[in-house]
Amino acid sequence: MIAHLFEIVFRSLFIENLPLSFFLGMCTFLAISKTVKSAVGLGAAVLVLMTITVPVNNLILNKMLKAGALAWAGQAEIDLTFLGLLCYIGTIAAIVQILEMFLDRFSPGLYNTLGIFLPLLTVNCAILGGSLFMVERDYSLVESMAYGIGAGGGFFVAVVLLAGIREKLEYADPPAGLRGLGVTFISAGLIALAFMGLAGF
Amino acid sequence: MAERTRDLLLRSIIERNPIALLVLGICSALAVTSQLITAAVMFVCVTLVVAFSSLTISIVRHQIPSSVRIGIQITVIATLVILVDQVLRAFYFDLSKQLSIYVGLIITNCIVMGRAEGFAMSNPPIDSFLDGIGNGLGYGFVLMFVAAVRELFGAGTFFGMEVLPLTTNGGWYLRNGFLVLPVSAFFLIALLIWFLRTIDPVQQEER
Repeated sequence: MIAHLFEIVFRSLFIENLPLSFFLGMCTFLAISKTVKSAVGLGAAVLVLMTITVPVNNLILNKMLKAGALAWAGQAEIDLTFLGLLCYIGTIAAIVQILEMFLDRFSPGLYNTLGIFLPLLTVNCAILGGSLFMVERDYSLVESMAYGIGAGGGFFVAVVLLAGIREKLEYADPPAGLRGLGVTFISAGLIALAFMGLAGF
Repeated sequence: MAERTRDLLLRSIIERNPIALLVLGICSALAVTSQLITAAVMFVCVTLVVAFSSLTISIVRHQIPSSVRIGIQITVIATLVILVDQVLRAFYFDLSKQLSIYVGLIITNCIVMGRAEGFAMSNPPIDSFLDGIGNGLGYGFVLMFVAAVRELFGAGTFFGMEVLPLTTNGGWYLRNGFLVLPVSAFFLIALLIWFLRTIDPVQQEER
């Protein structure tokens, strides 16, 4: 069991890394990776948020949406899976809001580092993508906790690596048309290639 | 009027391309470009969602209180995406399996939110609808370009028809394995950005 959970964490951290092999969360990934400091803040926010949202969405799926899931309320014949997308994004938006208020009240220091990134993350594909992969792969509650940690950690690793490279790229002199976005794409592609080595290509 | 219509429809393809200039909507775009057919379906889905969400939000824009506008926009978008997803599942089940989670991810596609927030909230319905279609076209342009290169040189086919006969089937073309990998999309988009910014230097970034 432990080995299985470890495998899920490891897979989602390196082999099935969300930004680098599924291109999820690209917008934020490219926009907020200019300096390592802000990248660490963003990565930490994603990690915290995914660790919470994936298991919560798993509970919502299994206790409310699946066919027969409402048996505890005496409505065994209802199948609400088609409402999935709306529920997941709603849950994510709600958790972002709660987390923001909670951090603001109890940990102003952390709020200053993570706070500015949290609202952005409501519409981040990586966060929703994590929940959708959880649904597609039919994870149990414990597995989805492991997956949330691994996938969030994977985003953290990827964004910090890219930021490290972009800081050095400031001193490079690429062709005018490639400056900024173009070079960032190429370096992200090179990191992704390196990560593919872990999958055995 | 005709001038404005044309402008709304076409400016997003080269001058204000949502992917290449504004860095929006790359999230779900790259992974579906290994075949033209999936890219084409994604293009149609995104265009429909952007156009109709802009139209809907623009119609009710005076009734939306600004404090809850993001929530309302997401609800409108998510409803449209669920519709698209259910239609795909009902009529094109194989395609919807191939696109897997990427149809659902149209909700968080920044192009849709970006147009709703940036254009539809402050413009009349017809203009917003056209702007939505225009942005869908800009997105589709990048998507189809990347997919065409990847399918043609990676698998030797074009929309599933054999164009370059592969050596494995007794032909002469040795397929380019790199283009089959999702990573190649990063480099193709970088090249496309380079091309667009060379023909239109206004888009180049300051150092």
